[in-house]
Amino acid sequence: MKINLAAAKKLVGKYRDKKGALIPLLQEVQASYGYVPGEAVSLIAGEFGIYPVDIYGILTFYAQFYLTPQGKHIVKVCQGTACHVMGGKELLDYMADSLGAAEGKPTRDGQFSLERVACLGCCGMAPAIVVDHDFYGRCTIQKVEGILGKYRPSKKAKPGL
Amino acid sequence: MEKTKILICMGTSGLSAGAESLAANFEKELERHNLAGKCRVVRTGDRGLFRDILVDIVAPGGGRVTYEYVKPEDAVRITEAHLLRGEPVKELLAGEDYKQFFAGQMRIVLANCGEIDPENIEDYIACGGYKALALALSMTPEKVAQEVKASGLRGRGGAGFLTGLKWEFCRAAKSGVKYVICNGDEGDPGAFMDRSILEGDPQAVIEGMIIAGYAIGAGEGYVYCRAEYPLAIKRLEKAIAQAGKKGFLGKSVLKSGFAFDIRIKQGAGAFVCGEETALIASIEGRRGMPVPRPPFPAQQGLWGKPTTINNVETLANVAHIITKGAKWFAAIGPEGSKGTKVFALAGKVKNTGLVEVPMGTTLRSLVFGPGGGMLHKNIGFKGVQIGGPSGGCLPESLLDTPIDYESITRTGAIMGSGGMVVMDQLTCMVDMARFFLDFTVSESCGKCVPCRVGLKRMLEVLEEICAGGGRPGHLEFLNELAPAIKDTALCGLGNTAPNSVLTTLKYFPEEYKEHIEDRICRASACVPLVKFEVLEAKCIKCGRCKTVCPSGAITWEKGGYARIDKVKCIKCKACINICPVMAIK
Repeated sequence: MKINLAAAKKLVGKYRDKKGALIPLLQEVQASYGYVPGEAVSLIAGEFGIYPVDIYGILTFYAQFYLTPQGKHIVKVCQGTACHVMGGKELLDYMADSLGAAEGKPTRDGQFSLERVACLGCCGMAPAIVVDHDFYGRCTIQKVEGILGKYRPSKKAKPGL
Repeated sequence: MEKTKILICMGTSGLSAGAESLAANFEKELERHNLAGKCRVVRTGDRGLFRDILVDIVAPGGGRVTYEYVKPEDAVRITEAHLLRGEPVKELLAGEDYKQFFAGQMRIVLANCGEIDPENIEDYIACGGYKALALALSMTPEKVAQEVKASGLRGRGGAGFLTGLKWEFCRAAKSGVKYVICNGDEGDPGAFMDRSILEGDPQAVIEGMIIAGYAIGAGEGYVYCRAEYPLAIKRLEKAIAQAGKKGFLGKSVLKSGFAFDIRIKQGAGAFVCGEETALIASIEGRRGMPVPRPPFPAQQGLWGKPTTINNVETLANVAHIITKGAKWFAAIGPEGSKGTKVFALAGKVKNTGLVEVPMGTTLRSLVFGPGGGMLHKNIGFKGVQIGGPSGGCLPESLLDTPIDYESITRTGAIMGSGGMVVMDQLTCMVDMARFFLDFTVSESCGKCVPCRVGLKRMLEVLEEICAGGGRPGHLEFLNELAPAIKDTALCGLGNTAPNSVLTTLKYFPEEYKEHIEDRICRASACVPLVKFEVLEAKCIKCGRCKTVCPSGAITWEKGGYARIDKVKCIKCKACINICPVMAIK
């Protein structure tokens, strides 16, 4: 698939000559493409006069960046301490199983990506998951089926509450 | 005329329960009953207690009524009964747990959280906000740093360095350009006070930063905030813009000639970036890898310039110290640990949320006071984990330890940023040690060998033990490697990562022994060691396990024991976690 680099070029222009611009630039590239395409890395390396490997160094260091396209909805399952104590790991294992998603790879239908996150900072409502930008607290295995259902294309229900 | 305020808690818990539509419903109701002139809806930050949506009706005289677990549609009946007829809605009134949670707290840093609209600077000013800044600007910068030093305020991010002293070091460094950084990279799993402060009272942090900038002679500040906290970032952006319009930021702060501006830097997901040198590398656009100190950031920090890095909660204390004085602050808490500390109480405790108490309070009075005791009444207390991945797990015998920097350090844990996760008999301490090492291994930046390789070797051993493959010699290996890593790792991450293993080995040795020698996990937490059988001697025939089993593996009929079909069982532990009497092993 050919990537249209127009958006990336515009962003490079925005961040050129700014101090410490690389991480915010890559964040914005990801925001517009859903991931950081290799073509964009080559472009930025050329424009900034740095090696692509230095950019990949950053991309692989920080958990936030994706190097491949992700599912339409990103499901983050919190694996913080409180969530762990309240059954977060079992929740993650169950969801990986029921969605058929490996961590870091979207489901076959492209609807979901499943991720573990270190802590979402809502330990009082553990175990917690976030689908796109919607928080769901005190999750149970039975509850997550209903939550995911809201995001599946066949159902017309609106996401969120 | 002062209006009746309808405070609606818009924290994560409130928002996920529909607080935004509740607020809209209230506004509609006020309009419909022609009450808009008498009442106003205030969208507040998190008050710290997770009760879906909390609503307070505050009368002009100050009388207040609190409602909990409010649903969006309840706006109608609260408006009709309470606002029109003056009769509170009894079913929704906050109960005893709510009162117990707030009794015994001393709210200084959290005073405004849940009380004011964080997106409206006027609310902050009305509660005395920015008085401290005006006062500080009338003092010399040296005097400001001295005052903060005299208060005894220590860093709330983990290490506990004296804040005023840090400022004096940075003040003394000779450079035309200096920076203040607010560390909002709250990476400790189990801690969420910085998030709530940034979301609930961002102006307090900004005011603290400006005062810090004035004290050290910096013209620019950065807030480094986790990308996982989008709401905090949004509120900070608004708060900075409003502070700029009011003249608290800009070329001449309050026309004093002192120039100060603040920018936000979004983190990208790396725990190690909470370490100050790694954080600086990340702001500069590099991989967040720590470098050896000295030079300390106070001499050579961001872009090589002298830099002061303070945690969110630390900065939120500053304005209070300036207005009320160092003596007032120093009167709170025992020698060496002054002021209050916010703890994030979570896990197997009845009331989960943010609790602010004076330093020196005991762990017990926290867990059984505001925490309200254990979540399940038949499943007893086992331990409390404090200090996040750098901290440790403490047993019941240490519950009377007062919370101050030195006492906590003596137990083998650390104060850390204030995460406090309560664990009951269903938590396996070996699994907890494994959990924290799993976290630190994946967050290690990989620069130094003890952390990169040493922690990994320890994790492998713990994984074997949890999987039922423990061997003689494993404990000796852990006991030998852990102190070596503590002594030789480059930064705080590696220096403290073995704490969780060391404290569990010290306080819960019998659990390790059972895993290795008897292949038993007494908490039924380590799946390979669980048989998934119902103990009839313990089963109370309640059938709850059947209702939660997602694979239909449990058969139960009223009055009989539950049974688990091993062919259908997927070992998800849903039944173990719901059983009120620990009857499944």
